[in-house]
Amino acid sequence: MLTLGHYLIVSGMLFTIGFAGVLLRRNIIIIFMSLELMLNAANLSLVAFSRFRVGADGMANYNAQVFVFFIITVAAAEVAVGLAIIVALYRARQTTHVEDISTLKF
Amino acid sequence: MNSALLPWFILLLPFLAAVVIVLFTRRWPGLSSFISVLAVLASFAGSCVVFATPDIQALELTWLDLRPVLYVPLGFVLDDLTKTMLLLVTGVGALIHIYSLGYMRDDSGKARYFASLSFFMFSMLGIVVSNNFVMMFIFWELVGVSSYLLIGHWFERDSAAEAAKKAFLTNRIGDFGFMLGIMMAWVATGSVVFSEMHQQLARITSYPDYLTVAALLIFCGAAGKSAQFPLHVWLPDAMEGPTPISALIHAATMVAAGVYMLVRVGFLFEASPPALWVISWIGTITAVMAALIATQQNDIKRILAYSTLSQLGYMVMAVGLASGQAAMFHLFTHAFFKALLFLGAGSIIVMLHHEQNIWKMGGLAGRLGITFLTFLVGTFALIGLPPFSGFFSKDAILALAYERNRAIFWLALFTAFLTAFYMLRLVVVVFFGKPRSDRARAGREAPWVMIGPLILLAIPAFAAGFGFVARLFVQLPAEQETGWLVPGMALGATVAGALVAIILYRNRQAEPIDFAPFRNRFYFDELYSFLIGATQELLAKLSAFIDRWILDGAGIRGASTATWGIGSLLRLFQVGNLQAYAFLFGLGIVGLIYFTIFR
Repeated sequence: MLTLGHYLIVSGMLFTIGFAGVLLRRNIIIIFMSLELMLNAANLSLVAFSRFRVGADGMANYNAQVFVFFIITVAAAEVAVGLAIIVALYRARQTTHVEDISTLKF
Repeated sequence: MNSALLPWFILLLPFLAAVVIVLFTRRWPGLSSFISVLAVLASFAGSCVVFATPDIQALELTWLDLRPVLYVPLGFVLDDLTKTMLLLVTGVGALIHIYSLGYMRDDSGKARYFASLSFFMFSMLGIVVSNNFVMMFIFWELVGVSSYLLIGHWFERDSAAEAAKKAFLTNRIGDFGFMLGIMMAWVATGSVVFSEMHQQLARITSYPDYLTVAALLIFCGAAGKSAQFPLHVWLPDAMEGPTPISALIHAATMVAAGVYMLVRVGFLFEASPPALWVISWIGTITAVMAALIATQQNDIKRILAYSTLSQLGYMVMAVGLASGQAAMFHLFTHAFFKALLFLGAGSIIVMLHHEQNIWKMGGLAGRLGITFLTFLVGTFALIGLPPFSGFFSKDAILALAYERNRAIFWLALFTAFLTAFYMLRLVVVVFFGKPRSDRARAGREAPWVMIGPLILLAIPAFAAGFGFVARLFVQLPAEQETGWLVPGMALGATVAGALVAIILYRNRQAEPIDFAPFRNRFYFDELYSFLIGATQELLAKLSAFIDRWILDGAGIRGASTATWGIGSLLRLFQVGNLQAYAFLFGLGIVGLIYFTIFR
């Protein structure tokens, strides 16, 4: 029997992997992917909360799922903007390594 | 004329003259001097009328009325003391105005000089007539200002400007004490009017220590004005001013103001024996010290200045021995013979083209006949040779000292010896022997406008001491029962001093004795400049310390160091590495969660 705890553990693991990726990887595109992973870890926990919170009428609470849609939408927009910035950055600096991009001005 | 207004005219006429000269007639020196002389003559005439009118009252105005706390009138006290002083100040003042016409004839600042002189007359008359301490203090300061202006008349000379500054500052030191003393006396008696203070004296005599402090503080003012030790240093330097000024201000009137004030509020001092003791000793120290210094000076005016100091010491000594009458008697005679001596010195100086060193004079007796004779009268009066005026007044003081304090008496007698010594030295060196410079050989008699006042002053210098003359003007001290002992000793000391001086200095070309402490005025100036220098050095060091370490160090540089330090601390976080930021951010979140949930 799967309980809320299992989902949250998976979600937490996903989030930790994402965060570790953000901290440890040097390639900015991988960092970007790790960020997406962290967003999806949040989505997973939200869906799990929605599924396991059943009201008096036997219906699940769908507020959290609506919230997930919003996150997906915003994440899509963010990916569009973020990838554009990365492309511009690459054109300017010929690199996608965060260590090489430590100044605000160049 | 309404007699209640007459005293106001006497007081205000010189002031009016000064105002008119400053505002309108400065461009016409001749006219200015005429106005000034006219004003002082009118004041003198008014003073004669006041003197001759018994029970004269003056209009009294109210200036500050905060009764019962404070009541300050603008009023006159017109008793015998004031009447005599009025006559003395305007009389000697008038002669000196006339003399100045000759002395300052070609001076470029003649109009300014006469304006200042008139202003001085106004201030001095103000001191004399004031019936309360506040009014007196104001005129007291005005006298200080006009003295400053007159000493610094030739301000283009550095020494004159310095002397004026020194006189003013030294006086201010004394005046500060004077002001505190006035306040203390006012607090205790509840009044600043002399007559009321006298009535309320009982309220203060029950606190003898308080009274002593108040009396001594008031005496500080007198010590400044009358140049008593240790505030005597300004008077010899004040000789930088024109000689008539030395005669008027620094011999006859202004320096007498201190003594006059002591006599005026004598009731305060006489209630406090410790204060009297201090005053009498200060007078004695001044008298002896100044006489010792005078024996080794070479500038004719400085010798006279130190002799003034010495005579003022006598007067203060008399006040300290609780006899205002003896002090006033000596003040009265001294004013004439010292003004005479200074004016005589002035005519010598001006006829020798501003030569003041006595060793460059000599043999002037023949060429400056009248000056010589009048100078001799002044000298005899000063050294107290009978029957010249100084003999009587000095004898009164000596007899007093003989009766009340033997130690002071012997010192006073010694001073009499010294006085005869240095004055005869002066006379012998200046008037006898051979001329010691070309200027002395070419000297000739001064014009009549200068000789006239000399003759007029010689008369009272000779005669003012006789009992029947003096009694008209001053209250004579009660005869002391000393018989012929004291006058005999005084005469002996005088004659001995005179003989020693004549033997020692006859036909000398240069100073036979050389005693540095006397010649250098006991190093008072050096001591004072050292003390002032040291104090300033200390103050400067202290303020430098505060500035450098507290204001600059802790304040300004402290603020900059703190900002800089915090900045460099914060810089450690700003590595520019994206992942470091993310790590710190994550750490922050973890901290936030920890604090919200587990706390």
